Amino acid sequence: MRVELLWWEGCPSHPQALADLREALREEGIPEEALEVRHIATETEAEEAGFPGSPTIRIDGEDVSPPGPGEPLGLTCRVYRLRDGRISPVPDPEELRERLRRVKERTA
Amino acid sequence: MSIALGEPAPDIALPDTEGEEHALHASGTPSVVVFTCNHCPYALAWHDRLLDAAGDYAGRARFLLVNPNDAERYPADSYEAMRERVRGDGGWPVPYLRDESQEAARELGARTTPDVFVFDGEGRLRYRGAADADHMDASQNAAWLREALDAILAGGEPDRPETEPVGCSVKWRA
Repeated sequence: MRVELLWWEGCPSHPQALADLREALREEGIPEEALEVRHIATETEAEEAGFPGSPTIRIDGEDVSPPGPGEPLGLTCRVYRLRDGRISPVPDPEELRERLRRVKERTA
Repeated sequence: MSIALGEPAPDIALPDTEGEEHALHASGTPSVVVFTCNHCPYALAWHDRLLDAAGDYAGRARFLLVNPNDAERYPADSYEAMRERVRGDGGWPVPYLRDESQEAARELGARTTPDVFVFDGEGRLRYRGAADADHMDASQNAAWLREALDAILAGGEPDRPETEPVGCSVKWRA
């Protein structure tokens, strides 16, 4: 399994996203070696990486919360919606764990 | 540049989404100037709390929400997108101002969206920072902002005049 965290320094959310992701990996028994943290610094890098904003988390290339069609790529902050309806700068931690679990079971 | 606590608000007026100009400061009434935007999750998370505070202090303090972001690189923050948002919500109880030149953001030294500045009735800066301690906790209810306003309205000084603003970086023009 390959887990990516792509981040940009214009949003202060990446430390929280990384902490949530590490905790989810630990809870699901996935070695941290699967995690790749990648800094996106320029618009060109954002285009090349298909980066819709910070933070973006992908598991085996699939966004844990896929952006809507036509959502632009670039250096911006992503808006996530938690299961309780609150707006959040990071993905729902429970949803993150479920995604990891599903991919882990699929590839077992 | 940025203004320090105790310094006067710059003499700047900005248009709201209906084109009406609003000065950052009005003599005799405290003014709350919040730099915010359409696309930042922190700004969106705090938005309802700010509107609630505006309602609770209606008649005692002015609230102005100001979008300073570069709309060329961030079209979601364009003047038209601001208008659409306000109209889509059926109108807002506070003006949503466009800082197209980014002069207000530069003069005040805004760093993030949101970034809160509270001026007293003489137009002097008395509070600057976050609305409260946690964007994810609605029960915080913009407590730091309210504390500052309560102190100013009582003729005193906020106990906590400055906090660290938390949010997305202001999107400056290239």
